[in-house]
Amino acid sequence: MESISAISLRDVKKTFDGHDYVLKGINLEVPKGSLTAIIGFSGTGKSVVLKHILGLYQPTSGIINVLGTDIGRLSPDELTKFRQKFGVLFQSAALFDDMTVLENVSFPLLEHRRELRHSQIISIAEQRLVQVGLDKKHYNKLPSQISGGMQKRTGLARALALDPEILIYDEPTTGLDPILTEMVDNLVLDTHKSRKGLTSVMVSHDLAAAFRIANYVVMLDAGKVLLSGTAEDFFKSDIELVKRFVSKGMKHS
Amino acid sequence: MSLVQRISYVIDLILDYFRSKIGGFIVEIGLIVLFMTSSVRALFVKPYRYNEMVRHMEFVGNQSIGIICLTGLFTGMALSLQIYLGFKMFNAVNMVGPVVALGISRELGPVLTGLIVAARAGGAMAARLGTMRVNEQIDALDVMGVNTKQYLIAPRIAAAVICMPLLTAVFDFVSMVGSYLLCVKLVQIDEAVFWQKIRDMIEIRHINEGLFKAAIFGLVFSVVCTYRGFNTTGGAKGVGDATNQGVVQSMVMIIILDYFASNLIRLFYLVMGMN
Repeated sequence: MESISAISLRDVKKTFDGHDYVLKGINLEVPKGSLTAIIGFSGTGKSVVLKHILGLYQPTSGIINVLGTDIGRLSPDELTKFRQKFGVLFQSAALFDDMTVLENVSFPLLEHRRELRHSQIISIAEQRLVQVGLDKKHYNKLPSQISGGMQKRTGLARALALDPEILIYDEPTTGLDPILTEMVDNLVLDTHKSRKGLTSVMVSHDLAAAFRIANYVVMLDAGKVLLSGTAEDFFKSDIELVKRFVSKGMKHS
Repeated sequence: MSLVQRISYVIDLILDYFRSKIGGFIVEIGLIVLFMTSSVRALFVKPYRYNEMVRHMEFVGNQSIGIICLTGLFTGMALSLQIYLGFKMFNAVNMVGPVVALGISRELGPVLTGLIVAARAGGAMAARLGTMRVNEQIDALDVMGVNTKQYLIAPRIAAAVICMPLLTAVFDFVSMVGSYLLCVKLVQIDEAVFWQKIRDMIEIRHINEGLFKAAIFGLVFSVVCTYRGFNTTGGAKGVGDATNQGVVQSMVMIIILDYFASNLIRLFYLVMGMN
């Protein structure tokens, strides 16, 4: 793991209505090349942090630095271009329901690699689908015709299509059964290991999985970072809330 | 609390209510105008979305032709029958054709086409975009570095603005076929007189007036419906609300705008020295 930060949030505050702060001064460093898990109770601002990193929300105050760029200073057009450095696997996979599996994975390539021939784009898309272990017989199916696990695989293949520098997983296992959860966790880990230099950020409720696959964990509470470090740091922590969260989380798992 | 204080308190409440409502309305209009300008501007920025535009034109235009023909035919026949019954009392049945032609080309053609297409295509636009929003598909496009207004909104607006005059022309034509069937084939108005009177009274500008209005109505319903769909919040209920609001607001705006557009066109004719 390299020591330089891929993502850095400095005193980031966010309010939607002008008085209630969802984020109350987040300071967070995501090491480059790490697989970082952001954990915490519901409503602590995990998804809001993620949307700030992606530039979907602008902070009320504070600085967000991604790969050396202060994204708050980017114009909307620059931000749109900058987002090509990200790949995102959404909780619902967010596949385009009027496109087949193969078209979904080809879409980012068709948008941003216009210099490539159509056959090259299809070939890259097929490679990505092979990497996530999706069988060829499903390539021409619509998202509604495949299972939840296959949708996640397709979503991940699409996120990988442009060879992103940062891969973000927004609660990838929420709502899945234990078998699928394990499959997705392994997929996340394998993907991270197989791509050198890739920085992965995963928001998760699943504490056991976070400790198992992530090499850096950040816990949020009430819009602030409560603790960040390795799994060992969490097990050794004297913070009462961390102890409760860890004991309950591990018990549930 | 004295009676005067109570009345004053109630008046304050009423004024506050209207202030917030009017303020909210003005802010909403401003947001819709900003949404429209940024979307229309995106039309002229590379990469141009011709394929998307053609796809939406097929949906807005081609798939609306059936319903436009059906409603146009019966509108022409019903309007002709009512005008015939009225004019018969004054022995002026020869004027049914031109009056129907004027009414259809200037008013009913663009307005009814606008209402029908707003309900059919506008509702579908709001529902589709709303579903994409709640299923995170729009967020997915955003984080993929795709300009969502350019990809999703601009082609829909362009398709509506291009297709609406074409559909209105179809509506006008089919309505006149309906009028012809009723006047000439059913109530036996002389065919030559029917066409001659229309030729005498109808000018190309009367038809253009309606087509111009139709393009404006296309802009209005597509902007309102895409705005509602694009900004949907709150799951399935939110999609339903966005669709409902988009269609209702589009229809109301089409009817209100029709009045103002008619007056503006009249004013233009006056300034240009035309009747």
